[in-house]
Amino acid sequence: MNPPRAAWLFLAPALLVLGLFFLLPVIAALVLSLTDYDLYALADIRNLRFVALGNYWELLHRPLFWSALGHTLYFVVVGVPLSIAVSLGAALLLNSPLARCKPFFRTALFAPVVTTVVAVAVIWRYLFNTKYGLANYALDGLGIHPVDWLGDPRWAMPTIILFAVWKNFGYNMIIFLAALQAIPADLYEAARIDGASPVRQFRHITLPMLGPTLLMVSILTVSGYFQLFAEPFVMTEGGPLQSTTSVLYLMYEEGFKWWNLGSASAVAFLLFLIMFAVTALMLRVARRGGEA
Amino acid sequence: MNPRLAKALINGLLIGGTLVAVFPLLWMLSVSFMRPGEASALPPPLWPAHATLANYHELFERAGMGRYLLNSLAISSAITLLSLAFNLMAGYAFAKLRFAGRERLFQMLLGGLVIPAQVAMLPLFLLLKYLGLVNSYAAVVMPAMATIFGIFLVRQYARGIPDDLLEAARIDGAGELRIFAQIVLPLLKPIMVTLAIFTFLTAWNDFMWPLIALTGQEHYTLPIALASLSREHVQDSELMMAGSVVTVLPVLVLFLALQRYYLQGLLLGSVKG
Repeated sequence: MNPPRAAWLFLAPALLVLGLFFLLPVIAALVLSLTDYDLYALADIRNLRFVALGNYWELLHRPLFWSALGHTLYFVVVGVPLSIAVSLGAALLLNSPLARCKPFFRTALFAPVVTTVVAVAVIWRYLFNTKYGLANYALDGLGIHPVDWLGDPRWAMPTIILFAVWKNFGYNMIIFLAALQAIPADLYEAARIDGASPVRQFRHITLPMLGPTLLMVSILTVSGYFQLFAEPFVMTEGGPLQSTTSVLYLMYEEGFKWWNLGSASAVAFLLFLIMFAVTALMLRVARRGGEA
Repeated sequence: MNPRLAKALINGLLIGGTLVAVFPLLWMLSVSFMRPGEASALPPPLWPAHATLANYHELFERAGMGRYLLNSLAISSAITLLSLAFNLMAGYAFAKLRFAGRERLFQMLLGGLVIPAQVAMLPLFLLLKYLGLVNSYAAVVMPAMATIFGIFLVRQYARGIPDDLLEAARIDGAGELRIFAQIVLPLLKPIMVTLAIFTFLTAWNDFMWPLIALTGQEHYTLPIALASLSREHVQDSELMMAGSVVTVLPVLVLFLALQRYYLQGLLLGSVKG
């Protein structure tokens, strides 16, 4: 057996799976988003009609789509910087020569990452229960009035953001920690000799050296946070008053509750386009920043 | 700053952060042993007055938790074994076997990483419906049998295998399959463990696709069952915490046992070549 033939045999199973269950559905999703595929078409395919960009046009005129996009952007714009700041802070603490029991702290801080979203979201629902939750009990001890964390439209999204930061910060913490350990120690040595304070060392050595890592982590976190779904599904069912309905939540309801698969595909594609545009923008801004 | 103060501050912050990270998990474990209704009191108790296994009994005897646990185990194990086999083969081919269009094909695959998986979900559901596979284990297992990320991970690692080793085996007349099984696979062992634990955890924790593909209770995985139970039993915090323990504990234990491999995979995966 010659190598090229062997190579294709080795590739065949994986490529078949990816082609059949990923590439084909993605192309089909684009086609589907141009049709009015709904419950009637599901029953009898002859009811299917081609509507061109009709679904997209309708979505752009639906307040629910814009509010779902708004909630998702809120989650991304507040959640991502907060997550990254917490991850970086934790990594800096762990990287400090003064820190003790590092492996223990690292494992404990990372633990929430490997837990099941649904299970820990259920825990948070009880911890942030208005009446019996420990969060409000602690606030009460500080003399602060109880907050209706998941029942108040103003508080539901911040609570979900808090949850997401708690659940995810460990992931980027590990990446930052590895990047911090790769910064040559003599850079800090030289800065110390020149009398630079720890804050200035952080600004002029640590941050620039972390640049590429920071960019990569930001892009990965942004695209992860755009895919908000399980948290509102379990914690708030998209409420109260749809204040936590994300774009994917809308897609799920549109597709699998109301069976408007055509319109749901359009939602999915719009989300993809938005994510793509945001990522491209971030890369561009970073490149320009790098040149300056 | 005085070094002793700095040391106290840094370790104090680490202890505080660790408490925040771990507290919800410890609270879950504690409440799961409380008697029904015990947690809904003021002040909220941190510790069960009389520890009981009643919630676990209730879950396994009435709520069908054993079935969900087995479903999760079966689905996650099948996904892990199959995707491990397929990703290893493909990753090795991309790293070490020569064929026309190799680099271009690999670049195309990497390009696919920007497409969120949810875009494929609606047509995938229709495809499985026409195949009569909705609400079966296969509906969850089949789409996960190969991943771009897994192929990428294996390729990065397999590139370190010296070509001379493979050439020598070829000159000795070994077939490509034998070379793969007897020379390559033993060398790929570390990345196999890493990829296996990564895949298992992802499959175990996966929510959105199983929620769509598994429509009948008899096929539910733990996260789906837990989400559905938590809508029925809103007030039963003790019962739900026991359910969360059953869902979270297996992956937490697995992670603690194989932590080194997991973190290594996380770092390898984040260094996009």
